[in-house]
Amino acid sequence: MSKRKDLNINIHHITRVEGHGDIVVDVVNGELKQCELQVTETPRFFEAMLLKRPFTESALITSRICGICAVGHATTSLRATESALGIAPSPQTKRLRRLNMLGEILDSHILHAYMLVAPDLLNVGSVFPLAKTAPDVVLRALRMKKVAGDICRVVSGRHTHPIAMTVGGFTHLPTTDELYTLRESLESILPDVTATVELFQSLSLPEFERDTEYMALRRDDGVYGFIGGDIVSTDENGRWPVEQYLSVTNEIVLPHTSAKNCSNQRDSYMVGALSRFKLNADLLHPQAAAAATALGLTQDCINPYMNTVAQVVEIAHCIIEGMALIDELLKRGISFEEPIAPTRLSGEGVGACEVPRGMLFHHYAIEDGKVALADCIIPTNQNVANVEADMRALVPTLLELPQPEIAHRLEMLVRAYDPCISCSTHMLNVKFE
Amino acid sequence: MNKPKIAFFDFTSCEGCQLTVIDSLQTHPELLDMIDIVEFREAMSEKSDSYDVAFIEGSCTRVGDEARLIDIRERAGLVIALGACAHLGGVNAIRNNQNLDMVREYVYGDKKEWFDTYEPRAISKVIEVDGVIPGCPIDGAEFLRVVKGLFQGRILSPPDYPVCMECKLNGTVCLYQRGQVCLGPIIRAGCNAICTTYGNSCIGCRGLIPAANIDSMRVVLAEHGVDEAEIDSKMTLFLTNELAELEQEQGR
Repeated sequence: MSKRKDLNINIHHITRVEGHGDIVVDVVNGELKQCELQVTETPRFFEAMLLKRPFTESALITSRICGICAVGHATTSLRATESALGIAPSPQTKRLRRLNMLGEILDSHILHAYMLVAPDLLNVGSVFPLAKTAPDVVLRALRMKKVAGDICRVVSGRHTHPIAMTVGGFTHLPTTDELYTLRESLESILPDVTATVELFQSLSLPEFERDTEYMALRRDDGVYGFIGGDIVSTDENGRWPVEQYLSVTNEIVLPHTSAKNCSNQRDSYMVGALSRFKLNADLLHPQAAAAATALGLTQDCINPYMNTVAQVVEIAHCIIEGMALIDELLKRGISFEEPIAPTRLSGEGVGACEVPRGMLFHHYAIEDGKVALADCIIPTNQNVANVEADMRALVPTLLELPQPEIAHRLEMLVRAYDPCISCSTHMLNVKFE
Repeated sequence: MNKPKIAFFDFTSCEGCQLTVIDSLQTHPELLDMIDIVEFREAMSEKSDSYDVAFIEGSCTRVGDEARLIDIRERAGLVIALGACAHLGGVNAIRNNQNLDMVREYVYGDKKEWFDTYEPRAISKVIEVDGVIPGCPIDGAEFLRVVKGLFQGRILSPPDYPVCMECKLNGTVCLYQRGQVCLGPIIRAGCNAICTTYGNSCIGCRGLIPAANIDSMRVVLAEHGVDEAEIDSKMTLFLTNELAELEQEQGR
């Protein structure tokens, strides 16, 4: 079949992603005229909504940005507020927040790998028919997802939207019994981790490579961290404290998308599980590192479709890390602690976390207990420019395929980034005086 | 018997209610055998032309949303609002207390004209709605009760008593006794008082009970040391649109 000269793809509302996005590709006479990921989600204006409201409400409101990363938004928001108001959370609070975050990463990755991506690789339209054709796969996913949800329920009441997390600590603490039960549930799904690795070993992802800048947070205490650390990059000279997030994200507003675009040292950069793996692989639990080896994932990987495989590696890591963290909590015993009160009511602070889809920043200025400035930079925004750069490189290599197949490949590419589009549409034009 | 065709749609929201749906269906796989999910963009690629029941998450926040809502209404036998955004406007309606132009400029700067928006509203302001599952997010157990009710040919209404009732049933010590404050006395129950169970106050996500005594609630909050501005904040987290309507009705 000869190469097509003209191609016009307009995928309205990509399915099996969180939020509303369109893919628009236009090739005329073999030349790529247009290649865009258009975020059509309605603008949401969260930062403006926080203004003049009490600092205690910021985490409650911003967790409502996203149903999937609700714990991540709440944690990042609390860190920004606590940094602004001079609050140092207790070691117990930090451990519980880390455990909660592991629950969220697990929940989101299982949802993405099994329910959003696997249907592509098994040639079905959704996870629902798999319940009949591959019940063991679906039941395994459900079993694992339930344990992930249990983690968040025990720590903060529920995953969407967490209740017990508050400025300075927790309003409710898990009991020893709950933690023991949670430990047992995590242990019970260890065989499911092995089976998940085997499943993704047997599925083949599209071959496509394009080098880009990869960025993630990295902690210096040896923890494969999802909370805090410095911003690091695979490019040279790449390490910044999170307070300098604006100098690496460089947001711009574009007319075709309600998500702002970001770039750092190149035209675009990638965040998410693949970037975390590339920049933190030495900190993975040995069993998770072994899973990476089994899945053929290496630190020099530049295939964006492998983001899902990196998520599978993180699933293994989170389960084992979760068990270790619970052991530590049990060893020390849960002590009753009131949330720590602010030492001042005015200040400015940045919070940063690695949420399932990559780096998330919240930045607030607080005056007399009321929010005076708010900025949130969400992983999906940071990825949009990189997805488009991938599409521009990918489309010319696909022109010999039938159009529906090209559309499907592009949709799979977008899905590989696990975009969280409803998150991506509330960004702010920061004014720094 | 033909299985009822069920569809899920989302407007301006975090899609957390649909995630709660996925989670509750997971724990009740028998329901999946009884219904035919024909459209659920977040979870599946297939689409459909008509539905027996359409669950809609999210609030209407721009003129362009209205046509899509009307289209869903025309194709659907029943329309059920799923969660606070669809039911009340949700947290999105916070910005109805603010200057719309300021809000747009704060987020998109001089490019604000590129992004269409208006005051976030409940979907019932645009189309007729047959039922409501309140909450931010919805309560999974309540969703399952509503679906099971549909099989019995009825649309369950959420309780019209306040959250306090559920605190009493759960044996939860009143937050006011613990030096905290709470909107429980004026807010519709049905969530099993989950927030107070986890030590935090009710923030009003399920909306007002019928004939809620707002003035009295404000007095109680003030008596417990909450200043006027903070009372306003609490009253506008989820209740902005409902309170504005109340004021209109009372001709204030």
